[in-house]
Amino acid sequence: MKLIFEKSVKGRKSFQITKNEVVKSINIKPELLRKENAILPELSELDVVRHFTELSRRNFGVDTNFYPLGSCTMKYNPKVAELIASYTGFAKLHPLLPQLRIGGMLTQGALQVIYDTDMLLREITGMAGFTMQPLAGAHGELTGMMIMAAYHNDKGNDKKTVLIPDSSHGTNPASAATAGFKVKSIKTNQYGVMDLESLKDAVNDDVAGLMLTCPNTLGLFNPHIREICDLIHSVDGITYYDGANLNAIIGKARPGDFGFDIVHLNLHKTFATPHGGGGPGSGPVGVNEKLLEYLPVSVVVKRKDGTYSLQYDKPKSIGYIAPFYGNFSVILKAYIYILMLGAKGLQRVAENAVLNANYIREKLKKYYHLPYEGICKHECVFSASKQLQENGIHAIDIAKALIDKGFHPPTVYFPSIVKEAMMIEPTETESKETIDAFINAMIEIAQLAKSDPEKLKAAPTTTPISRPDETAAAKNLDIANL
Amino acid sequence: MPFISNTPQQQKQMLAEIGLSMDELFGDIPKELMAKSFELKEGLSEQQVRNQLTELASKNSIGLTCFLGGGFYDHFIPAVVQAIVSRSEFYTAYTPYQPELSQGTLQSIYEYQSAICRLTDMEAANASLYDGGTAIYEAIMMALRITKRNKVIIDNSVNPIYRVMVDTYTRNLKIELQQTENKEGLANREQILEKLDEETGAVILQNPNFFGCIDDFTDIAQAAHEKGALLILSCYPISLGILKTPGDMGADIVTGEGQSLGMPLCFGGPYIGFMASRKKFVRKMPGRIAGQTKDQNGKRAFVLTLQPREQHVRRAKATSNICSNEALCALSAIVYLSLLGKQGLKETAQCCADKASYAYQRLTKIPNVKPHFKTNWFFNEFVLDLPSEAPEVIARLIERGLAAGFPLSRYYKGMENSMLICVTEQRTKQEIGILAENLESVL
Amino acid sequence: MAVEGLLYTKEHEWAKIEGNSATIGITDYAQQQLGEITFVELPEAGSQLQQSEEFAVIESSKAASDVYAPLSGKVTEINSRLETEPELINNDCYNSGWVCKIEITDKKGVENLMNAKQYEQFLKE
Repeated sequence: MKLIFEKSVKGRKSFQITKNEVVKSINIKPELLRKENAILPELSELDVVRHFTELSRRNFGVDTNFYPLGSCTMKYNPKVAELIASYTGFAKLHPLLPQLRIGGMLTQGALQVIYDTDMLLREITGMAGFTMQPLAGAHGELTGMMIMAAYHNDKGNDKKTVLIPDSSHGTNPASAATAGFKVKSIKTNQYGVMDLESLKDAVNDDVAGLMLTCPNTLGLFNPHIREICDLIHSVDGITYYDGANLNAIIGKARPGDFGFDIVHLNLHKTFATPHGGGGPGSGPVGVNEKLLEYLPVSVVVKRKDGTYSLQYDKPKSIGYIAPFYGNFSVILKAYIYILMLGAKGLQRVAENAVLNANYIREKLKKYYHLPYEGICKHECVFSASKQLQENGIHAIDIAKALIDKGFHPPTVYFPSIVKEAMMIEPTETESKETIDAFINAMIEIAQLAKSDPEKLKAAPTTTPISRPDETAAAKNLDIANL
Repeated sequence: MPFISNTPQQQKQMLAEIGLSMDELFGDIPKELMAKSFELKEGLSEQQVRNQLTELASKNSIGLTCFLGGGFYDHFIPAVVQAIVSRSEFYTAYTPYQPELSQGTLQSIYEYQSAICRLTDMEAANASLYDGGTAIYEAIMMALRITKRNKVIIDNSVNPIYRVMVDTYTRNLKIELQQTENKEGLANREQILEKLDEETGAVILQNPNFFGCIDDFTDIAQAAHEKGALLILSCYPISLGILKTPGDMGADIVTGEGQSLGMPLCFGGPYIGFMASRKKFVRKMPGRIAGQTKDQNGKRAFVLTLQPREQHVRRAKATSNICSNEALCALSAIVYLSLLGKQGLKETAQCCADKASYAYQRLTKIPNVKPHFKTNWFFNEFVLDLPSEAPEVIARLIERGLAAGFPLSRYYKGMENSMLICVTEQRTKQEIGILAENLESVL
Repeated sequence: MAVEGLLYTKEHEWAKIEGNSATIGITDYAQQQLGEITFVELPEAGSQLQQSEEFAVIESSKAASDVYAPLSGKVTEINSRLETEPELINNDCYNSGWVCKIEITDKKGVENLMNAKQYEQFLKE
C-alpha cells in the first residue's frame, strides 16, 4: 500500500481555514522563518479518509477479533465510555484553569472524577491513597520507584538494590534502573513462582525493596506472598505490587491486604479503557499510610464544603511527574467502568477471567506442553516445545497459523523463562463459544504440526503481508520517508 | 452482568469440564489473604451513568473564551481526526507485536515519524513518548548516553512545567542540572556559554519559548558542538508551519508537546511527546520505532524495529522503561497533518501569528498595559505587564467569561503583574476586541 | 566450536594473545545464540577496558548482548568493518569477525580464562 506522502498531488488542497478578518500584521523578522514549507501531503479530505480507513482495515482489534494477548488484558472496551469522554464538558477543558484564581471552581466536575476514582481504587486495592498522574503502567512503576527512593532518602537509608523475579515484565527492571537502583534477579522455582529460598539469600541491608507481579506472568498466584512481604519489611525494604494482572483477583483479594506498600494499576487493562494501538494508557499508583507524603504533587482533595481543589503543599513529595493530573480521559473511562460494574460486577470479572483461562488450560493441556501444572489465574502459559521437538514447529509458527484462523495470537516467547512460550489471556468478556472456537483452532494446529508442518511454516496467507524481514529492517534502517 | 458474555449455565458447564468449583478456582489464594473489604456501590445502568456524567460534565465551565496557552493550545480540530481515531480497528488494538495484524497501526506510525521529521528537519523520530515534559527528560538521558557526560544546562525560558518534571526525574541520578536565567525573555547566551564546558552533555532550549518569544539557536548549537555537547530543542509543532526549523539551527534532538496536532485539551491528557534526532543517534533513542522492510513475498511491510533497545528485551539496560506510549495520539497527529497538508499548516501558523500580533497591538494600546519584553519577535503568545497583580485581574476577567491568560508569578519571581496571553487561529477579531474592552474596564 | 590456541570467558568471548596485545571477539556459541547480527556498538580506540566489564554491544533483530572484556587493556584498534558488515561475526567470528585489539595492561588476568578444551567442557555443562 502506498504511503500518504506518495498519494500527494501538487496543488490539491482540502482544509479551508476560516477567513482571517484581522489585518495581516505578522511581525517576525525573516531570518526567523523557515526557508521552505514542510513537505506535508497535498490531498483532498476524501483522499485522507480513504487512506486511513484502508489502514484501519489492516488491523486486528478487540472489536474485530478474539485477542488473547497474554499479560495485556485485551477485554472489550465499553462504547458508552468513549461517548462520555467526548462530551465537550470534558474534552474542551483547559488544564491550566484550576491554576487560576477561582478557576478551580470552573472544573469541579473534572476534579470530582479524579477524586472519586482515587477513592474507588483505594477500596479496590486496600491502599491509603493514589496519584492518578502516571501516564502509563511503566510510568507508574517509575513513579513508584521514585517514591521508594524518597522514602529511603528521607529515612537516611543507604539502600541501592531492588529485587525482581526473573519472570517479571521487562518494565520492572527497566523502571528500577531508571530510578537509579541496582537490580537483582530472583529465580523462579519448579512450581512457577519466585523461589523463597533464593529470596531469603538475597535479602540484606542493601535491599531497598522488591517488585512483584502477582499473579505472575505465568498466571500463578504466589502462596507465600505474606511471608515475602514480611521478609522485605524486616530490612525496612518497600514492597511494590505490579498490578498489571489485577484482573485475576479484583474483588477477591487486595494487594493492600497482602502487605504491599506500593501498587500500580493499568487502567487500560483491568478497567477496560482502550489500548489505542499501544497507548494512551494510565498507571495510577497507590501507597499505604507510611508513603502518602511522598506522592507526586498535585493531589485532588475535597474541602469541607464539598468542593474539590488541588493541593500542592507537600514538602516531602517526589515532585511533578506529569504536566497535569494524568491522562484525564483515560481516568474518566475507567471511572465509568467501575461505576457500571459495582462490587458484584467486578467480582464477576475476576471469576470469568479465571474461569476462561482455566478452561483453555484444561482443554489444551493434552495437545501442548504445560510447563507449570495446577490452576492458573487470568492466563495460562503453554510451550510449543513438544511441537518443536517432534515436528520442528516453533511458537511463532503456531501464532502465525492462528492468524489464518481469525484469531490474534497469544503473547509468544514471553515469559522468557519458558522456552517457546505461548501466553494466553482470554479475559472475562469473551464467551464460551469464542473460546471453544479458539481451542478448536489450537487443536487443529497441533494436528497440522504433525501432518503438514510445512503448511504452518507458510502461514499466514490471509493477511496483507506475511512474515516481514525484521533483520533487514534493523540492518537497513528505514524509519522515515524523507 | 455488563460486558460478561458467559451465561450462568455456560459457567457451570465450563466448571464441570475443569472439574472444580468457582471457589476452588480461587483456592490458591490463602484464605487469610482474601479481601478484607470491598464496599463499592451497586453498578449503574448505561442510562444512569450517562445521566450522572452529563451532570458532572456540566460542572465544568467550557464557555470561557480561551486566551490560555502555556504549551497547551486551543486549536481547531477538523472532524476527520475524530472520525479516524474513533475507528475501533485502531483504538481497540494494542502494541503491534504481530506485524501481519497491525499494518494499519505500523504504517500510520511510520507516516507519523516521517511527518515529524519533515516538520522539524530531522532524520529520525520515534513512535511517541508520553508528553512534552517526559520527552525532554528522555532527551536528556539520551544525550548523556551519547556523550557519556553528566551535566546539562537548561534555560529558564523553557516551560516551567517541564522544568519541574525534569527536576523530579533526575533527582536520584548522578546528573548535574544547571539553570540559566533568561535575559529579556530570550535564552541567556552569556550564562550558557560560561557554563558550557567539556563535561556538558546537553543544552536544553525551547522555541518559541515559554514567553512566546522566538529565537535562532544556531550560535548556541555551534558552541555546544565545539565542546562536544548536544543541543536539545523543545518546540511547538504548529509554529513550525512558518518558523525556522530545529534542524536548520543545528539541533541534535528535538522534542515537543504534540497536543496542538489534533488533540483536544481534555483537562491535561492524553497528549503526546514527540522526539526526533539525527539518524546517527537513533540507536540511543528511547521508545518504539516503526521501520519499513519487505515481507517474505517481497511486499512492502512495516515492523517495530530496534526492539533490542527496549525494556522487554534489555530489561534493566534498556534505553528507557517506556512500554505503552501514545500511539492513538500519534494517529491523531498524522491525520491532522495530512489533512491540513503543506499549505494548511502554514496558513494555520500564519493565522495564529497574525491574530496574536493584532491582539498585541490592540492590548498594548490600553493605558498602563505594557509589553514586558523589549523583543518584538513572538509567535502566538506574548507577555503583558498590568498595572496591578495579574492573578487578581485574571480572576476578574474569568467572571466576565474570559480565560484571559496565565499569571507568570506562579513560576517567575518579579513577574507579579505579568500575564502570558495566547491567541490561536480560533480566536476572532471580535473576541480579541471583547478581551481588550474588558481588560481595560477591570484595571 | 572452539578454536585451539585462543582463551575463553564464561560470557563467551575469546582472546588471542600475541605478546602484549590481544585480539578480542565473541565465540561461535555466542553468535549462534544471538542469531543474525544487525549492529555492533564498538568501543572507542584509546578507551580502557576492565576485565569482566562490558565494552561493546551486539544486537540481532530480537536480542542485544553485552560483550565483556576478557582482559584489561587499552583499545589499540577496532574492527570498523563491523559497522557496515555486522554479519562478519555470524560468518567468521574467530577471524574477520573480531571486535577489537587491546594492549594488555594486566597479564595476570589470563589466569581467569579457559583454554579451548575447558571452554568446550564448560559449554557441555
